[in-house]
Amino acid sequence: MRTAVLQFPGSCDERDALAAARLVGDADLHWHRDRDLRGADVVVVPGGFSYGDYLRAGAIARFSPAMESVVELAGEGGLVLGICNGFQVLCEAGLLPGALLPNAGRRFTFRQVDLEVVRTDTAFTSACEPGERLSVPAKHSWGRYYAPEETLDALEAGGQVLLRYDSAHNFNGSLRDIAGVMNAAGNVFGLMPHPEHAVDARTGSTDGLRIFESLRLAVEGARA
Amino acid sequence: MRARVLVRPKAGILDPQGVAVEQALPALGFGGVANVHVGRLVELDVDDPASLDEMCRRLLANPLVEDYEIQLLDDAP
Repeated sequence: MRTAVLQFPGSCDERDALAAARLVGDADLHWHRDRDLRGADVVVVPGGFSYGDYLRAGAIARFSPAMESVVELAGEGGLVLGICNGFQVLCEAGLLPGALLPNAGRRFTFRQVDLEVVRTDTAFTSACEPGERLSVPAKHSWGRYYAPEETLDALEAGGQVLLRYDSAHNFNGSLRDIAGVMNAAGNVFGLMPHPEHAVDARTGSTDGLRIFESLRLAVEGARA
Repeated sequence: MRARVLVRPKAGILDPQGVAVEQALPALGFGGVANVHVGRLVELDVDDPASLDEMCRRLLANPLVEDYEIQLLDDAP
């Protein structure tokens, strides 16, 4: 399994994403000007402040050459994981429904959050136990998940909500406590909290590793 | 052609910046202020004003959460 971790000007979590991906397979950093994903099985669009969040978070990064290839890869069923700013980029690119708005409380917030795993039968959560809760950090000022009510209904009915904040931990005001959503095809997933920062016991929780382990199972399962 | 694009949060969507400003104004003694919303102003010179709408839909605004308004200005020096 090979993971390409995209790097934009202003990305800041790509090193941790790379380290996390290397715990479950091969992984390389991938500069955003480079269109050729070199056969990567998985693409991670990492957190940070791509292009300084100018205009809107993620609005400029979606037009980079590498993102054009990511859209193609997603269309062919390739696995794409967007974390924090990466989630914003995937929404702006139209790969995921909805948008991320400024936190309801107006502040940049950094805290550990508990997440409810809604489904464990997906490429992104299969390494989780049913009913499991994950403890991972979240840190952002634009993380309030928003979509029109009818879209939210469709997401829930279609099983596209994979992670929810514990209702006491939904500090950004995300609608219906949504922390992570998947596309209808089941191969693109975005979340605001940071699983890549929770893969080493020395920094606290290792719950984030479940997401990367799930990706490995999905890629190896597809090959078997 | 000089153009101005006004982008604002859609009605009904929580606008934390607007709330912050609305709460700050009374603290300065400005009473009687309500419904404050903070948006974005983009000014640009364009050869083809007809392309502005698509520019707004594809980049300058996020139509899911923002409304935009295009104003064409005089070619003032």
